Amino acid sequence: MCSKKDEMKKKFRVVGTRPIRPDGIEKVTGQALYGADLHAPNMLVGKMLRINEPHAIIKSINISKAQKLPGVKAIITFQDFMEVSTNKTNDILENCLANKKVLYDGHAVAAVAAINSEIAKKALDLIDIELEMLPFVVDVDTAMQKGSPVVQLGRKHENVSDDFSDNVTSFCSFGHGILEDGYKNAAKVIERSFKTPSVHQGYIEPHACLASMTADGRSDLWCCTQGQYNVRAICADIMGIEESKLRVTASEIGGGFGGKTTVFIEPIALALSLKAGHPVKIVMTREEVFKATGPTVSSSIDIKMGMSKLGIITAAHAVIRYEGGAFPNETYELGAQSAFAAYDLKAVKSEGYNVLTNRPAQAAYRAPGAPQAIFAVESAVDELCEQLNLDPLETRLKNAAKKGTKASYGPTFDEIGLIATLESAKKHPHYAAPLAQNQGRGISCGFWFNFGGNTCVSLNINFDGTVGIIEGNPDIGGSRASISQMAAEELGIPLERIRTVIADTNSLGHNDVTDGSRVTFSVGLATIKAAKAAKKEMCKRVAKLWKIHEDAVIWKDGYVLPAGPNAGDQEPLSLKEIAAMSAQTGGPIAGHHEVNAEGAGVSFGVHLVDVEVDPETGQTKILRYTVFQDAGKAVHPSYVEGQMQGGSVQGIGWALNEEYIYDSSGKLQNSGFLDYRIPVASDLPMIEPVILEIPNPGHPYGVRGVGETSIVPPLAAICNAVSRATNIRFTELPLSPPKVLSAILGKE
Amino acid sequence: MNKIRVGVSVNNDKIEFLCSPEDTVLDVLRDNLRLTGTKEGCGTGDCGACSIILDDKLVCSCLVLAGEVEGSEISTIEGMAIDGKLHPLQQNFLKHAALQCGICTPGILIAAKALLERNPDPTETEVRYWLAGNLCRCTGYDKIIRAVMDAAAEMRS
Amino acid sequence: MVKVKIWGSLVEATGFEYVNVEGTNFIELLENLQLKYPGLRPQIQRGVSLAIDGKIYKESWFTPIRKDSEVVLMPFMIGG
Repeated sequence: MCSKKDEMKKKFRVVGTRPIRPDGIEKVTGQALYGADLHAPNMLVGKMLRINEPHAIIKSINISKAQKLPGVKAIITFQDFMEVSTNKTNDILENCLANKKVLYDGHAVAAVAAINSEIAKKALDLIDIELEMLPFVVDVDTAMQKGSPVVQLGRKHENVSDDFSDNVTSFCSFGHGILEDGYKNAAKVIERSFKTPSVHQGYIEPHACLASMTADGRSDLWCCTQGQYNVRAICADIMGIEESKLRVTASEIGGGFGGKTTVFIEPIALALSLKAGHPVKIVMTREEVFKATGPTVSSSIDIKMGMSKLGIITAAHAVIRYEGGAFPNETYELGAQSAFAAYDLKAVKSEGYNVLTNRPAQAAYRAPGAPQAIFAVESAVDELCEQLNLDPLETRLKNAAKKGTKASYGPTFDEIGLIATLESAKKHPHYAAPLAQNQGRGISCGFWFNFGGNTCVSLNINFDGTVGIIEGNPDIGGSRASISQMAAEELGIPLERIRTVIADTNSLGHNDVTDGSRVTFSVGLATIKAAKAAKKEMCKRVAKLWKIHEDAVIWKDGYVLPAGPNAGDQEPLSLKEIAAMSAQTGGPIAGHHEVNAEGAGVSFGVHLVDVEVDPETGQTKILRYTVFQDAGKAVHPSYVEGQMQGGSVQGIGWALNEEYIYDSSGKLQNSGFLDYRIPVASDLPMIEPVILEIPNPGHPYGVRGVGETSIVPPLAAICNAVSRATNIRFTELPLSPPKVLSAILGKE
Repeated sequence: MNKIRVGVSVNNDKIEFLCSPEDTVLDVLRDNLRLTGTKEGCGTGDCGACSIILDDKLVCSCLVLAGEVEGSEISTIEGMAIDGKLHPLQQNFLKHAALQCGICTPGILIAAKALLERNPDPTETEVRYWLAGNLCRCTGYDKIIRAVMDAAAEMRS
Repeated sequence: MVKVKIWGSLVEATGFEYVNVEGTNFIELLENLQLKYPGLRPQIQRGVSLAIDGKIYKESWFTPIRKDSEVVLMPFMIGG
């Protein structure tokens, strides 16, 4: 066995190369099966009745006319569900189907299963709903004030001040040091307020599922999800069945970005199936996706920051208010913890509030909570640099968190890659490139925690020397490739001999959701350990065969060989040869590993962007974009680059165009891709990724999660660039052309 | 309700189907013919995931009524590889890792194929504008554009 | 005794930013924290993580904690 240090330095054979992904051909030929692609015999179509009012008491629901429509097989409302065990599950169910109140525009109140979608739609029209309209609130600052309409009562934590309305459910604060001392030592102190809109993950595949449930509780559920085990836990709880009775199979997934970490239609399909005695398929429309799935929180943030003449941040304070719709959530904590993570600060405080509004319940979106808070912080840093005539990159280097820094959220950092990332940006030609009139350059740091979590991997050595890997996390962007690569590396066999499949819930033990940038890290780690276990077993078999002690054989590059001259001079045996003798030497050979993986290691990124703002129209064009990020070890560099590029472009959309727009009656005005404008190919230049590889000591190959950090910096990077191009400090996103134009005209 | 009988060619196979007056070509492809490679991302012609070629025209199949395509020739993603051999666009998408989740990929491949049939030597800007009707949320388009440019170069040589 | 840093909004429940409790692993520490400072109970029940020597642990009851470990109480994290 080589030591951990040696392993980190080792030359890789497969890891770090760019093979064709194993699920590629299915995905370029249309054969891959996504959520809506499965049909079952005797299948019904399920549809939801949604109310286009922001807040109302449900006085009555009359389904008698709809029930009589020929072809209608089942209708359900909240009353069809039994009481569930926890607040959390009850919130999820009440978000799927309203109980006593409609809580947001698009909230469902009933569901129908019929023999086709035409009849299902007709049946929805025949359901009579009697509502009593209530006053509503959709803005975070308004919702906090005493006297504001209250979305849900009784959700307030014990530590929330009574000065706020009951919509304020939770409060947290973090930090250290004495702010006032820091402000006294500053050459300049600024106080600014920032706003970011609610945005949607915008995955192109709407939620879809196919459910089949019988009277004894045995059920099968096919759905597009980031975590089939989580779907099973929630649905089993809601349906009152043991988890073993419900098998959930994750389809191929058409994007998630955090938005597919919970359920919106799955329990409804199960309940309809149980009632109708048929399989039921539900596919959301795009309008339903916008109105009734989980966009991210919108925010209102105050920053007070002081900086010395030399560019040292002397004190920093953030008050973060997140609105995440009609149900409580914990995103405010992540925002408050990540706000100042990039900096080594003597005096820092961040406070976070969660606020209920009449909007759909937020769901996770790529580094949830971090982009909003870091947008505000990085904007303030940039403005101070401008006012004090300091270089924004040098200033960030001076303040950057490093090994030994006491993080604003508490712990002391170990090895982190922020300084290396900033240095890499400083050396890059992009930072020195000339800019023309109406152009500006923006920079921002970004941070994300990265998760590990519960993971199972099973690795089987087939008799022909090929290898089957079973893992339990949906492949959302090439993870079958990276997992297979790590197994090939560890086993010393060609990549083509490995097939990685994603298990249903009943074929492998529990795996946490595909979230927190955890899969390549955690599943990779478990795969390597499963491979090590299989290797150990193969060594044992060969030792028996050679009639020597187990310790007298070693594994090297896919072969078992004698450990040294004393062990004998037997010809090395390949994995393939050992596999062929499996039956004769003790039966099938396998390795498996189960772990709650820790040591994911935090992640930092730095983005540089050049923009040009058209003073006639207020439109911002992205001219050049460079992403610097530490990947620990890039297992498949193309897909690491893809994460960096894709996250950046989602952030660009957030900065420039995307927002949930509610009208004065509390209704969502842009529930389609025409009016909710995500970036298209012609909006963008190439996005240049610069991968740094500073090995993560928590992973055998040094891997660090890379999925989320890239969405964090673009908001501030672009806002800083636009502010520098126009000489106007912007504090509210998105920087849509009308907003920028009116600021330009206002200045003139 | 009255069903309409329609005869078309799909990926060079002659096919007949019955549809309702409100069914779109996308509905028929996916639900009647079980050609689920063509995806529905929005149903309103905004995302391009349902792109097909209908009589040499690139269209969003969610915006075309099935009852109106009698006698047409339809090409979908399922017909892009011929006799199991991938089209250069498909090969380059794999080589460049131009897909992450893959849901937009069939539509983008079809749209890119339509582009290269009209313009075998497009500039980057031309590719970006041609594909502006096809949304991808994973990749940031960078690798898609490179894959299309490389496929075009390969097809020209 | 292990020194544990409490996050800002919980200091009201303990009275101190740093508290000392017995415990040789994650679960012992959490149990003793709740016993000694009942005001922490609602938050610990809702979910907490522990950063032990800079590394964040979400659950892992048996993760050992040394007397000189840097221990920081943090909210339980869920991600995207």
